[in-house]
Amino acid sequence: MNKELSREERADALSGMGCKRKRVEDARFTQGKGNYVDDIKLPGMLFGDFVRSPYAHARIKSINTDAAMALDGVVAVLTAADLAPLGLHWMPTLAGDKQMVLADGKVLFQGQEVAYVVAKDRYIAADAVELVEVEYEELDVIVDPFASLESDVVLREDLVAEDGSLPDGAHGPRKHHNHIFTWEVGDKETTEQVIGDAEVVAEDMFYYHRTHPCPLETCGCVASMDKVNGKLTLYGTFQAPHAIRTVVSLISGIEEHNIRVISPDIGGGFGNKVGAYPGYVCSVVASIVTGVPVKWVEDRMENLMTTAFARDYWMKGKIAATKEGKITGLWCHTTADHGGFDACADPTKFPAGFMNICTGSYDIPVAYLAVDGVYTNKAPGGVSYRCSFRVTEAVYFIERMIEVLAIELNMDPAELRRINFIKKEQFPYKSALGWEYDSGDYHTAWDKALEAVDYKGLRAEQAQRVEDFKAGKTRSLMGIGLTFFTEIVGAGPVKNCDILGLGMFDSCEIRIHPTGSAIARLGTISQGQGHATTFAQILATEIGLPADSITIEEGDTDTAPYGLGTYGSRSTPVAGAATAMAGRKIRAKAQMIAAYLLEVHDDDVEFDVDRFVVKGAPEKFKTMKEIAFAAYNQAIPGIEPGLEAVSYYDPPNMTYPFGAYVCVMDIDVDTGVTDIRRFYALDDCGTRINPMIIEGQIHGGLTEALAVALGQEIAYDDMGNVKTGTLMDFFLPTAWEVPNYETDHTVTPSPHHPIGAKGVGESPHVGGVPCFSNAVNDAFKAFGLRHTHMPHDHWRIWQTANKLGLHG
Amino acid sequence: MAKKMHIQMTVNGEEQEFLAEPRELLIHTLRERLNITGPHIGCETSHCGACTVTINGKSVKSCTMFVAQANGADVTTIEGLGSPDSLHVLQEAFKEHHGLQCGFCTPGMITRASKLLEEIPNPTEEEVRFGMAGNICRCTGYQNIVKSILAAAAEMSAAKEAAE
Repeated sequence: MNKELSREERADALSGMGCKRKRVEDARFTQGKGNYVDDIKLPGMLFGDFVRSPYAHARIKSINTDAAMALDGVVAVLTAADLAPLGLHWMPTLAGDKQMVLADGKVLFQGQEVAYVVAKDRYIAADAVELVEVEYEELDVIVDPFASLESDVVLREDLVAEDGSLPDGAHGPRKHHNHIFTWEVGDKETTEQVIGDAEVVAEDMFYYHRTHPCPLETCGCVASMDKVNGKLTLYGTFQAPHAIRTVVSLISGIEEHNIRVISPDIGGGFGNKVGAYPGYVCSVVASIVTGVPVKWVEDRMENLMTTAFARDYWMKGKIAATKEGKITGLWCHTTADHGGFDACADPTKFPAGFMNICTGSYDIPVAYLAVDGVYTNKAPGGVSYRCSFRVTEAVYFIERMIEVLAIELNMDPAELRRINFIKKEQFPYKSALGWEYDSGDYHTAWDKALEAVDYKGLRAEQAQRVEDFKAGKTRSLMGIGLTFFTEIVGAGPVKNCDILGLGMFDSCEIRIHPTGSAIARLGTISQGQGHATTFAQILATEIGLPADSITIEEGDTDTAPYGLGTYGSRSTPVAGAATAMAGRKIRAKAQMIAAYLLEVHDDDVEFDVDRFVVKGAPEKFKTMKEIAFAAYNQAIPGIEPGLEAVSYYDPPNMTYPFGAYVCVMDIDVDTGVTDIRRFYALDDCGTRINPMIIEGQIHGGLTEALAVALGQEIAYDDMGNVKTGTLMDFFLPTAWEVPNYETDHTVTPSPHHPIGAKGVGESPHVGGVPCFSNAVNDAFKAFGLRHTHMPHDHWRIWQTANKLGLHG
Repeated sequence: MAKKMHIQMTVNGEEQEFLAEPRELLIHTLRERLNITGPHIGCETSHCGACTVTINGKSVKSCTMFVAQANGADVTTIEGLGSPDSLHVLQEAFKEHHGLQCGFCTPGMITRASKLLEEIPNPTEEEVRFGMAGNICRCTGYQNIVKSILAAAAEMSAAKEAAE
């Protein structure tokens, strides 16, 4: 007989929470056996492709599809006129607006979908796109949101009543025909009074430029209508497969049980794959019309030009403080450029997402935030690119505001942060803009970070560098970027978070098999986060079966329980909690079975790693494996056979991960080239499920932050032409441009989450962007710079240096 | 439609022969004609490297090569690098060092890395970063990819030394 394992050895054998378990996904991905949407091939499948508008604002005079239809291999060409009888030429957006599926009389942004060609292969489809003749009449183009609110040009005629009046939008009254909503939070009167009376006020405008999540795999789908059985199967790059099923049902009229949505492997999402796009609707219609499967996969230019941009916020801020640096109030007005349609992906009651987390990590007694959404001739979107809803904007705003205030006060920005942090004993902390922060220990994290990088030493080195520069001994400046961020993730409580009326709970269903292995299905969908690895770890610890014996399955709406999907760092906070709770239901039943088998009362057995033991007699036990078999093998009085559980988890609150980042950067004043010498990232995401995966998330999020801060943008010219439509112009860093990062952590569990986890995937992006930007701004601080807008590419940095007179 | 060409090529050691329009891109030949779906399409402009394969001993981005240009070529994709029973050292190393997340760039990344380690068997970190700069990853930040490749290089060198 084998030697009895120790408790620790039994725990190690489970590969449960806290260990660096290797990923189960990797076998297929490293061998080229992933199954992404473009890998799906169905018999008789056709290909869809779009005719897109070359103009940013134009009226459509005519569309002639004859030549395209005459091409051998073309099956159909759809226009708005074909979709109108079905009521599908427009579709609802997640933000309560509506969006054209195919151009209905006019186009509002360059690249807008005008006609949809269906052909036997992708080459013929592309040829046919060229043959569709569209006659346009150009209209005045508006690319500036401030100009839009002053302009006589009406972008959305569909939103102006016949008498010229403006009906309310989804979020209340509209002030101008190009205005979408005003969202106000906080105490305006008191905030303005505090700012008026303050000893010190810092004020600035921060533009957070338009960018794009740009996952390596673009968006796409395969729609397959089975006319015999009346069932529609829709494969696609969906971050929220269940929500997509409901949306498809609502707009197509097909009953929800007749729709099966499958998200196969997804090649990165970062928010790009949350929304519903015209390509999905057209593919579904095309499959219904033709009776065969239709595939649509956008190319990279279509991805960058038309699906789901992020940011584009003009944030004007005022912050008030005492002479000693104690912050007394914060004011922010944001002008949000939403493009031609409001297709932001935010919870319904939050038209600017959780932008009201903009008081950050600081104990600010009073605050006010207003956001005005505006239409322009740009692509719709406004998704949260690797962040919870608009949280990156909020954190960038407060972390730049703090730096500007430090200049105004002539105070060290690290110290300014420290004296304003919410104190450990203040948690749970109610912020001036209405959130209840669950837990935190900011001072400990901050001190640890500053000590790790020798902050005082860095400042001394920087001062010396400035002297050397002034003395002509060097042409390089040094920037120290600081950031302390608090995120708000894990949306969210059903009482205030829904999308299209669907509460933002999430779910897990577990089936234990007779021989002691299991399958668990969740309402979320991994896009690289490694759910199949980490959720099995949660379960291994909760139910005492090895993680290697637990299959995790997501993304098939016919098999998975309903959930709202993966974005906003919600998988671990919400579905992870559901997983733990479902596991506890399994354990509760297992306890009764164990007690029966051990012939003791339920209360006389207790869970011990992988078994139930008789209290006080650990040699008497039943392993979970034995219990699983008994659940299927024995007739136990009063207990149903089988061992299954399901949990729908409605979180009582959001979670609030936080972190302290420091970036040390050298800048060549003559070329604008930046060199990141050091980047230290301390993250506190609560309980850590898999440190290896956490670290990987931090590296990736920081790199996406580097991209956004140092060069990545979706830029338009005055005519509304996209200037950054390929990877030649749109900056994605390579291994050559990216530094090695130092990671560190503290652990402050969430008090309301079943396992104390807070989520981590987006923290590094949220904290990273201001940290890189602060480093650039900090490098020029000694020469009088207060603020310069992102992205800090070499050319813009050179311009900054030039304006400051540093080129002699 | 242009006249079809008679194409012959070797893909992962297997002879292939078919008729194709000369404009057909090699990535589509592999993925759609031959059902070799390891190489992926990320940009179709040679920037991202998700479609990287080895052609006649050189790393090539198959999204910008016509099938006509690959006539007679010897092509190796990720599927030809290792098998489930005998993984390539790089395939093991990427798993061991968490060198992938969503997996979309991984086949191209490993295929390129396999050539890099033939070109430079014991690369420095800088050489790895430079040699891999044609392959974009959006998830990992490269740190663990670089680590995986350096670890694979060390293991392959050690195995080579032991064999000598």
